[in-house]
Amino acid sequence: MRASRLTCIGIVAGALLVAPSSLSAQTPDAQALRQEIEQLRKELDALQKQYGDRLTALEQKLSATGTAPQPAAPAPQTPSPAPQVAAPAAQPGEQPQKTAQVPPGAEGAGGPTGALPVYGGAASSKVFNPDIAVIGDFLGASGRNTVNPQPALAMHESEASFQAIVDPYARADFFLSFGEEGVELEEGFITFPAIPGGLLVRVGKMRAAFGKVNSLHNHVLPWTDRPIVINNLVGGEDGIDDAGISVARLIPNPWFFLEATGQVFRGDSSDLFHSSERGDLSYVGHLRGYHDLTENTNIDLGASYSRGHNTSGIVGDVDLGRFTTQVYGVDATMRWRPLQRSIYRSFVGRSELIWSRREQPVAQQNAFGYYVSGDYQVARRWFAGARYDRSAHADDEALRDSGQSLMVTYWPSEFSQVRGQYRRTKYAVGDLANEFLFQFQFSIGAHGAHPF
Amino acid sequence: MTVMKSAACVVAIGISLIASTAQAQNKLNVITTTEDLAAIAREVGGDRVTVESISRGYQDPHFVEAKPSFILKLQKADVLVTIGRELEIGWLPPLIQQSRNAKVQVGASGYLDASGQARILDIPQGQITRAMGDVHPQGNPHYWLDPENGKAVAKEIAEKLSQLRPNDRAYFEQRLNDFVSRLSDAEKRWAAMMAPYKGTKVVTYHRSFPNFAERFGLDVVGYVEPRPGIPPSPQHTLDLINEMKRQNVPLVLVEPYFDLKTPNSIGRETGAAVLVMPPSVGGVKEVTDYFKLFDYDINLLIGALKKVGTASH
Repeated sequence: MRASRLTCIGIVAGALLVAPSSLSAQTPDAQALRQEIEQLRKELDALQKQYGDRLTALEQKLSATGTAPQPAAPAPQTPSPAPQVAAPAAQPGEQPQKTAQVPPGAEGAGGPTGALPVYGGAASSKVFNPDIAVIGDFLGASGRNTVNPQPALAMHESEASFQAIVDPYARADFFLSFGEEGVELEEGFITFPAIPGGLLVRVGKMRAAFGKVNSLHNHVLPWTDRPIVINNLVGGEDGIDDAGISVARLIPNPWFFLEATGQVFRGDSSDLFHSSERGDLSYVGHLRGYHDLTENTNIDLGASYSRGHNTSGIVGDVDLGRFTTQVYGVDATMRWRPLQRSIYRSFVGRSELIWSRREQPVAQQNAFGYYVSGDYQVARRWFAGARYDRSAHADDEALRDSGQSLMVTYWPSEFSQVRGQYRRTKYAVGDLANEFLFQFQFSIGAHGAHPF
Repeated sequence: MTVMKSAACVVAIGISLIASTAQAQNKLNVITTTEDLAAIAREVGGDRVTVESISRGYQDPHFVEAKPSFILKLQKADVLVTIGRELEIGWLPPLIQQSRNAKVQVGASGYLDASGQARILDIPQGQITRAMGDVHPQGNPHYWLDPENGKAVAKEIAEKLSQLRPNDRAYFEQRLNDFVSRLSDAEKRWAAMMAPYKGTKVVTYHRSFPNFAERFGLDVVGYVEPRPGIPPSPQHTLDLINEMKRQNVPLVLVEPYFDLKTPNSIGRETGAAVLVMPPSVGGVKEVTDYFKLFDYDINLLIGALKKVGTASH
């Protein structure tokens, strides 16, 4: 039975090789052909061996020139007793490819791991180049919006990221946001991941840890836009994004993940905070609790506070009013993703409630707003979502906008996505807006993984 | 009265917590990224370690979520053992970064990339681009499916544990030797079982089994995925069906976390048997350790091949 299978395979293999040249030659010359194939195989084996030997010789030469003393060489692998296998490309003993070890600590989000291939001869310095990625965000809009029209077609943002380990104590992340015109440093900070006291310290310009959406880059949002409440009360797309210092600590307890974050910023964040004097700092405090309800379901709760000076008291160039804005937020995220089917099905429900206390010349405005959003993964590449928005204006609590959106997202791969969003917005002042927005996002290079 | 009771309860809980942490302090706390590494770490570490895996064996190890609860696990870890070769690149770096644990930062004393001495296949040569799909520039990370690589991983783990607990070196080495010799015996048995089926052509969903195929003499002639990480397309499936018919491929192997729809329709068209074959410990309930992984997979293969054999001859 086995023999018959082997001949069967042999015939099939032979047929495969012969077929392209001539079908008629099959029967009479089969023997000769087989010999020829055998001959070729032998030659190939010899060549492979030659190659292998030369490679090992080269390797020895390389190590002999001694760029670095060989660390205690791994014990030579004993040839395995297991059955012989037609090895695809005979690798003599150890791996023959040239590699360089990533230096201790030189790794992080999206960073290199383990042995790296050495590019060319003396170009090993490339190993230290940061991970570079660019993410394109193309936005289109159709329909009617008289209050806040966005262009019909726009290369909304190109985010370039540079991420690497600085030294054994720190890593650095830079995110440059290119518009069609002009560049902005979206974030640029150093992180000290392992300093005593269980602290995670960040210094630089960063998106503040206020709620959920404020800290997210455009390309990880489940929508083409940001919720109305974020635009009205927390500075919109740019949000609370400022130069400052952040300290986060885990609060030990036996039940769940609890993290407290305190941040101090210069006090300039889009139209939300404005610093007229050196002392006009803004502050953000955030408490985050996370718990796995089951291995598939988890809940993520947060409370946030922020305070800074606003622009309403500025007359000419002088801040006469010294007015401040305080923002309070509560956020909740519920995620469901069955582990075994995690690439096919998931659901994320999220909501943020935000209260703003804005001091102004006439009267303090107490505005409130929120959004509720749900996204369901229908198939490996398809997501469907809906969002409800409602928010007052920060400078006039009597003006309330509301909106509804439906989203469909398609992922050709992990590195690109296409999204359509139908959005209906009822502005407090102005006409009802009915719009269809669409978005193409695409990523090249090595972009570090995002925190959960 | 109730106050007394609850106070006593709190005290009891407190004592048990202290007791458990005190006990845990004597043992090295090993966190692994996958259950295969956990299984090997248990073999080597014995009762001197506690071992826990971040991902489950029935989960796609490329797409684990970086949940904050894992940060807590890493925070308390003495050792973090990873598969490496960029398998965990999508989720491990932010966990390590947020762990506040200097011991498990990459390159620190408690960090171990277990792939150092393993035989790695599919290392791409020349220019690679993402047009090739989700290729791993440092080679195929599913290397643990060769028992010889299991030994290499065990050696690495034993060395790491010994570095951190020099007094227990003899203990770890003895356990390592025991594991290696038991694995060698099992390998002989597995090799004998698979010998009659050497050269069997198979199709797998993802490129999860090259090391397994090389060790046990299977010939992987195609993949359900058109490219690594890219879901099946109609054209590719059609081509694959034709190729399988031409080569008379009897088996389609599918990892437990992939959808069976396309493999099943391929099976119907070609007559090939579709097997859900766990590539990891914990992939199915019965597979609780590293030996049972091969026992299960090999029995599954042989069972199916016997059926196919009787059907075709």
